[in-house]
Amino acid sequence: MLLTITATPPDGADWPATDLGFLLHKNPDRVQVFSQTFGQAHVFYPVASQQECTAALLLEVDPIALVRGRGRNSPDFALSQYVNDRPYAASSLLASALGHVFRTALRGRCDLRPELAATALPLRIEVPTLICREPELAAELFEPLGWTVTAEPVALDPAFPEWGASRYTKLTLTGTLRLSDALSHLFVLLAALDGAKHYWVASDEVDKLVRVGEGWLGTHPQRAMIARRYLARRQPLVREALARLAEVDEVEPETLDNAVGFEEEPAADIACSTQDTPHPPRGLTHQEKVGGQSEPAPASAATPTEVNESDPKLGQASERKQSLATARREAVVEALHEVEAARVLDLGCGEGALLRDLLKDKAFSEVVGIDVSARALQIAARKLRLDRLPERVQARLTLRQGALTYTDAQLAGYDAAVLMEVIEHVDPHRLSALEHAVFRAAHPRAVVVTTPNAEYNVRYETLDAGRFRHSDHRFEWTRAEFRGWAERVAAAHGYDVRFQPVGEVDPELGPATQLALFTATKTKTETETETENKNKNKKEEPADV
Amino acid sequence: MSDLTAPELPPTAPAALPLAVPELSLVVLIGTSGSGKSTFARKHFRSTAIVSSDACRGIVADDENDQSATPEAFALLHHIAGVRLRRGLLTVVDATNAQAKAREALVKLAREHDVLPIAVVLDIPERVCVDRNAQRADRADLPARVISRQRRELRNGLRNLAREGFRKVHVLKSVEEVDAAVIAYEKAYNDKRELTGPFDVIGDVHGCRAELETLLTALGYVLTRDAQGRPVDAAHPEGRTVVFVGDLVDRGPDTPGVLRLAMGMVEAGNALCVTGNHENKLVRALDGRNVKVAHGLAESLAQLGAEDEDFRKRVRAFCDGLISHYVLDDGKLVVAHAGLKEEFHGRASGRVRSFAMYGETTGETDEFGLPVRYPWADDYRGKATVLYGHTPVLNLEWVNNTLCLDTGAVFGGRLSALRYPEREPVSVPAEQVWYEPVRPLEATTFAAASGVVRRDPGVLDLDDVLGRRIVEARHLGRVTVQEENAAAALEVMSRFAVDPRWLVYLPPTMAPCGTSVLPGFLEHPAEAFAAYRDEGVRELLCEEKHMGSRAVVVIARDADAARNRFGVEDGTTGAVYTRTGRPFFDRPEQIEAVLARVRAAVDAAGVWSELDTDWLLLDCELLPWSAKAMGLLRDQYAAVGAAARASLTAATAALGAATARGLDVAELAARQERRLTDAVAFTTAYGRYCWPVDGLQGLRLAPFQVLASQGTNHAVAKGNDWHIELADRLVAADPEFFTRTERRIVDLADEASVAEATAWWQAMTATGGEGMVVKPLHGFTAGPRGPVQPGVKCRGPEYLRIIYGPEYLEPENLERLRRRSLGRKRSLASREYALGLESVERFVAGEPLWRVHEAAFAVLALESEPVDPRL
Repeated sequence: MLLTITATPPDGADWPATDLGFLLHKNPDRVQVFSQTFGQAHVFYPVASQQECTAALLLEVDPIALVRGRGRNSPDFALSQYVNDRPYAASSLLASALGHVFRTALRGRCDLRPELAATALPLRIEVPTLICREPELAAELFEPLGWTVTAEPVALDPAFPEWGASRYTKLTLTGTLRLSDALSHLFVLLAALDGAKHYWVASDEVDKLVRVGEGWLGTHPQRAMIARRYLARRQPLVREALARLAEVDEVEPETLDNAVGFEEEPAADIACSTQDTPHPPRGLTHQEKVGGQSEPAPASAATPTEVNESDPKLGQASERKQSLATARREAVVEALHEVEAARVLDLGCGEGALLRDLLKDKAFSEVVGIDVSARALQIAARKLRLDRLPERVQARLTLRQGALTYTDAQLAGYDAAVLMEVIEHVDPHRLSALEHAVFRAAHPRAVVVTTPNAEYNVRYETLDAGRFRHSDHRFEWTRAEFRGWAERVAAAHGYDVRFQPVGEVDPELGPATQLALFTATKTKTETETETENKNKNKKEEPADV
Repeated sequence: MSDLTAPELPPTAPAALPLAVPELSLVVLIGTSGSGKSTFARKHFRSTAIVSSDACRGIVADDENDQSATPEAFALLHHIAGVRLRRGLLTVVDATNAQAKAREALVKLAREHDVLPIAVVLDIPERVCVDRNAQRADRADLPARVISRQRRELRNGLRNLAREGFRKVHVLKSVEEVDAAVIAYEKAYNDKRELTGPFDVIGDVHGCRAELETLLTALGYVLTRDAQGRPVDAAHPEGRTVVFVGDLVDRGPDTPGVLRLAMGMVEAGNALCVTGNHENKLVRALDGRNVKVAHGLAESLAQLGAEDEDFRKRVRAFCDGLISHYVLDDGKLVVAHAGLKEEFHGRASGRVRSFAMYGETTGETDEFGLPVRYPWADDYRGKATVLYGHTPVLNLEWVNNTLCLDTGAVFGGRLSALRYPEREPVSVPAEQVWYEPVRPLEATTFAAASGVVRRDPGVLDLDDVLGRRIVEARHLGRVTVQEENAAAALEVMSRFAVDPRWLVYLPPTMAPCGTSVLPGFLEHPAEAFAAYRDEGVRELLCEEKHMGSRAVVVIARDADAARNRFGVEDGTTGAVYTRTGRPFFDRPEQIEAVLARVRAAVDAAGVWSELDTDWLLLDCELLPWSAKAMGLLRDQYAAVGAAARASLTAATAALGAATARGLDVAELAARQERRLTDAVAFTTAYGRYCWPVDGLQGLRLAPFQVLASQGTNHAVAKGNDWHIELADRLVAADPEFFTRTERRIVDLADEASVAEATAWWQAMTATGGEGMVVKPLHGFTAGPRGPVQPGVKCRGPEYLRIIYGPEYLEPENLERLRRRSLGRKRSLASREYALGLESVERFVAGEPLWRVHEAAFAVLALESEPVDPRL
């Protein structure tokens, strides 16, 4: 991967372009090599004249060492593939090579040309393969710093023009800046644009970010996003970095922190927690979304996308609305109260947002969270601080792996089961299996089902027509479709069903979320007692064919 | 000794005094302290069968005489006894059991496990007991009054033991009798495990004598008739045995005739018969008990009224003597009138008999006032095949290795039998509707059943797949699936896979050949050939490896075949799924369109009739790669190519300028040039496997194995040449949709043949082919060290850029990549292959869905083992 820095002194300047060599501490007439963890960095000057001088930083990454050097459980998936853009794209590897090779220049030190180091010079920076899916993003990040940005998308494959552009951009920055500032911008923003850090982010990265970003990052309009991406979304570190940047730049910490649009960690104590979390992908999905952090997805799986259902562009901006996720959980809990459920199954509990509400409520003496993803259950246990809950609260909760397309004898005999935003994650042709497993085999006294109302989707400005609210949704139903399904299931398995809206209700489109409450017309115990009676009777007069 | 259920014997008994004890029972010893129970138990029973209250007291209190520990000691005793009984083991309880309350708990325990409680009373004179206790250090200070009290309690209860529920009561009245006693084990009446058949199991006859005669004749039996020409026996020249599932009587035109024939067969040893609910009721009616005369009983009573008294007595004795069920053929076959769940096999109790006669009902009644039956067979996971009748059905349908044989002969349906162990159905149509059913049958004429169909429930149980499992794979042995791998597979299976009824197979992974040391090659045919030569395999089939996506196609000839063979009734006629069981296409109509295309080719090639099948299971490659892997292509392959070309083009330009300036960058520049060439080659490599697809347009299927069809696991039965030649015929039938797989047959003893195949591979891979798969020509092959690898892949150097990155052929890269270890991959490939064969084997043999799914699921579970994905 390559990066070039070109200095073009204006006509009549009192310094030759080749002074760039002094500023970079690299002689324009030499070719130098610097050893890096994953390969070698070369510095050479393709152009070196009085009028124009270009320094090139060429990083050669050893693709085999990149893969082989990783432990089996390396958290950084991006490096475990041989077919990998790391050797070619301007990634955080390049940022770190830049920081290493031009360390002194980055600090702005130049004993031979101190006044030049302190002066804003006409510079041109070229990065032929910048990782940047939307060219506008490059502009958003560099323009506030005084750069003129040209970003040309790189085509995926000239043989297949229909495939469109790649996630790479040919970036050219021009501007009059101090060289050390230019380098510090590149150091931070190349890494931030990459988003997949090549090493496990440790807390000293915060120091580095604060040090290098001093003077510009604290007031950058996209500082929160930059910090988040630079720190590979390690959220506690992000908060620390923002607070420290605020200190450095003498601004109130809140003004920085409240720009952060990511999820808060739940408060430690369930009993006094009032904190709410945005809607995590629930149920049968395994993609993790903790604190806005998404682990690099395996290359084979499409990255999940999810619409923010509490779209701020909806409704009147003046009033802060209750999030749909909260409204949904409240509606579910209310429905459970209505049927006087004490022993409750949360089927497809995901990361446990509803479990938390159920545990807070003494009415629920036993809460069982079932999810198909063992990983989701681990996260749920962590988010609920399961190991630190009082013994009595702990005793009320069970987390267990299960799949709703298989029957499970252990789910029988409960007061109620919740399927909150779960059915739409099941393929339509497998729904009958879920119906059988839940309504027939487990047969709780009540079942609460929530699912998106597809009609309402047009109200989400960020959601393209015909698309689902979450990339793992296999379907989204209109009110009539949901009603049809629910009524058929209820009739087939001995339940009554009624419906209620959840969230904002559009007079024509209906509610954002639809909820169905099923109540068994005949409980399992009644059925069993009847069977026993029948058996007793049979001794007198056996049932014949 | 006296047996309270039999006339009393003289007190002075002969030397050996046999005590009858059923092989599976709960033997309750009763006697005061010092009566010699423990000695008796040790003398007659294996030590592990004895559960002693003293020992339990010792376990919970470190003191066998600590009376304060008694409640917990008995809780332990009951638990141990319960576990043993559940597992079908004779158990002896060594405790005083003098109090009725203590015995009541044990009788209850026996009943809960449907075994017979047996009492053995050691009624020893008090003086002897006191003396014995006095000699034991730990009991020396036991007051004599305790023994007196125990003895009083015991004598009070003695008369009531039979009423308390003990099915046999043996009282030993003296030390001599105790010494003379020997245990005479009794087999359970239902235990006919020694009878191995072959059997012909016949469904509900209900007085249809004519149809029974026809069926027996069709089955090959020769009827014997009496002077009036009435059949009184039937024997099979090959010594087969009929098993009647009960309900011989009622409703039909000639109940006496059916009974005359069946009784004759049973008496002659040509048949067995279990009781049906109708026989049970008939006995009570004949006894003059007050029963509701309904459901065809009136007809029986009228017909029997025309017979003589002797015949009626014979009928009564026969029906009354019928037992609830038989366990046959070494436990592999169970016959009961209404079926029987596994816990009840070989057990004896009122509820076992009730279940066997009536089945399990949900307690609800349907709109015709008939009981709604609980589908016990849906949950059945037992090893034994269960054959039964009782509920008239339209078709013979296997549900979890159970089959109902009542095809409603008396209602105008058919009288059916199943040949066992052949599992072949034989049916004859009813001559007329003899009796109008209460619940209308869906059709007055029963579907002409061409055979037995499968109707397993489509929803399996978590217990069928989760946890650490050991799958018996007949072509390799035991394959263990670790708990965490099963957990991982559950997620994929339940979130993405097709209906388990279609998912009868998942393809195994395949190991590459050994690593080549030839310059410029990581894999080369020489290694594949050497490995098979080493295993003693001489003839190989080298198949062109298509670069697309592995696809399993399971296809039924029509909706009937989908229903009958797979139990799928939603209108789908097959499935096309990936290596992880995911459907290839999102929309059902796309799937059906692909299936229709395949079906047409199978039709045209005449494969249905040739293989005598109405379904096929094909292992294929679906092309192009881009059809299913577009996301991967965009995000990874094309992206890397784009980044590499853009960045290296810029780098070479900059280095060009530096060279022009006279800087010494020659080596660096040359290297970047090479890397750019590699990047372009990489782009070309993946680009070969991409072309546009619109619906079926552009899509191609390359079948290479016909894994199975009705009754046969071709993967084992046939050579690889057979598979590929059958695939050729599909290609010939529809060359636009099917892609031919090129191949070479190699004789390893013939150097020319080896050289020719090597050259073929080189030519193929040089023009961008993925490479080849090398398999033993004769299919499944066992070598000196067990089964050999079913196939190894040998991938071309250009293709491997997609796997190892654009620059892998750079000498210093290749050198490092050669250090790869194939052991785990080979082991994985062998295990997955064996499991794949196993699931097909199970499916073809008509085993229940849960058994098929267990093996297929295990393949997916193994896939989550950490093995280098590039191999």
